[in-house]
Amino acid sequence: MGIAERVTSGDIRAVARLIRDIDDKVPGAREVLKDLYPSTGRAYVVGITGAPGVGKSTLVDQMLTHLRKAGKTVGVLAVDPTSPFSGGAILGDRVRMQRHSMDEGVFIRSMATRGYFGGLTQSTRSAIDVLDAMGKDYVIVETVGVGQDEIDIVQSAHTTIIILIPGMGDDIQALKAGILEVGDIFVINKADREGADRTVNDIRLMIEMDEKRYRNGWKPPILTAQAVFDIGTKEILDEIEKHRKYLTSSPVRQSRVEYEKARNDLAEMIKDKIVHEVLEDIIHSGEFEELLQLIVERKIDPYTACDTIVSTRLRSGSK
Amino acid sequence: MVAKPGLDGHDRGARIIARTYRDAGFEVVYSGLHQTPEEVVQAAIQEDVDMIGLSSLAGAHMYLFPRVVELLKEKGADDIVVCGGGIFPEEDIPKLKEAGIKEIFTPGTPLREVVKWVEENVKPRSS
Repeated sequence: MGIAERVTSGDIRAVARLIRDIDDKVPGAREVLKDLYPSTGRAYVVGITGAPGVGKSTLVDQMLTHLRKAGKTVGVLAVDPTSPFSGGAILGDRVRMQRHSMDEGVFIRSMATRGYFGGLTQSTRSAIDVLDAMGKDYVIVETVGVGQDEIDIVQSAHTTIIILIPGMGDDIQALKAGILEVGDIFVINKADREGADRTVNDIRLMIEMDEKRYRNGWKPPILTAQAVFDIGTKEILDEIEKHRKYLTSSPVRQSRVEYEKARNDLAEMIKDKIVHEVLEDIIHSGEFEELLQLIVERKIDPYTACDTIVSTRLRSGSK
Repeated sequence: MVAKPGLDGHDRGARIIARTYRDAGFEVVYSGLHQTPEEVVQAAIQEDVDMIGLSSLAGAHMYLFPRVVELLKEKGADDIVVCGGGIFPEEDIPKLKEAGIKEIFTPGTPLREVVKWVEENVKPRSS
């Protein structure tokens, strides 16, 4: 049996190995992804993001319990940051989801962000496809919501949940123009803490000021939760279901969603491939370092350096 | 993957080991406390790791460690290297190695050596 067939039949080892090969950019993995593509598009993808420690993994753990009770199978991708200094990472999201590790209907995979040359976004996106193709009803992607990469990932989700906690105060202000804009559902976790009402109000104000964006019929709900005690999980899942119905209720809207998703995915994929092939290539060949040296010595300007690299690389045709 | 099988709740050591490997450039999955050998193996397979580091300070290593090796074999995943760390009676160490635990690290081992051993003895598996 080929790898693609093993994946679609739900073979855990094949799935695990394929995700690793995708992450390591093993050339064969791309071919398998091509074969798998016709089997994708069935899973419902939920993105969960928020600052470190707000309770993302704990909420995912509770959601798993509810979804499994409802007979749904779930794949989880838990993304943790790579250390910018050593390149290593500690992937600790599984700790909160331990009790599901023996459940055959749940597949949990940790992934590291691996630097900033576009690695994370593309491998996570491909890993979503793999879990989709293996037949999971839901794929939940959990990311640390601190950067552009994370926004990109949640944009390839059908429903994006932003988790906040009371007392973030000015952090919310700072986040306003970033990750908060992509939320379909807001959850104020640890809602027993002081200031929960204020946080709810802050978010409500933010959403209401942005009314134009929500005119098409989906105004993000703001829910409170205490994920540790499983308070609010059911309501969150209900809202996901409502959002799903909203997306699928009109054929026009659904095709626009699919179109936007495809547009985003393809653009990211092209960027990733170019970055990978041009940037990594010149880094390996030492050309990158040479140019940097020239720029630092002010013998060349970075604009010219960039134009030269890009035009010669792209004209000669990438492999 | 760094795992703590059994009922032992002391994971300071395991966390230090995880952090040490991170600083040496490894991606480390930390699976948390109170894992059964079955859970450890299932997680290792889902994560497709190269190596499992088991930590035990509570005396049940003679059951837990060999059981992990055995389950990996059952699942056809015995290419994953298993090592152990913790406090063990001297005479248990050869028995553990015989049971398929590749290396045993005891208190006082410099962190540098723990990393070096992995760099020299664990090759990333190819597809």
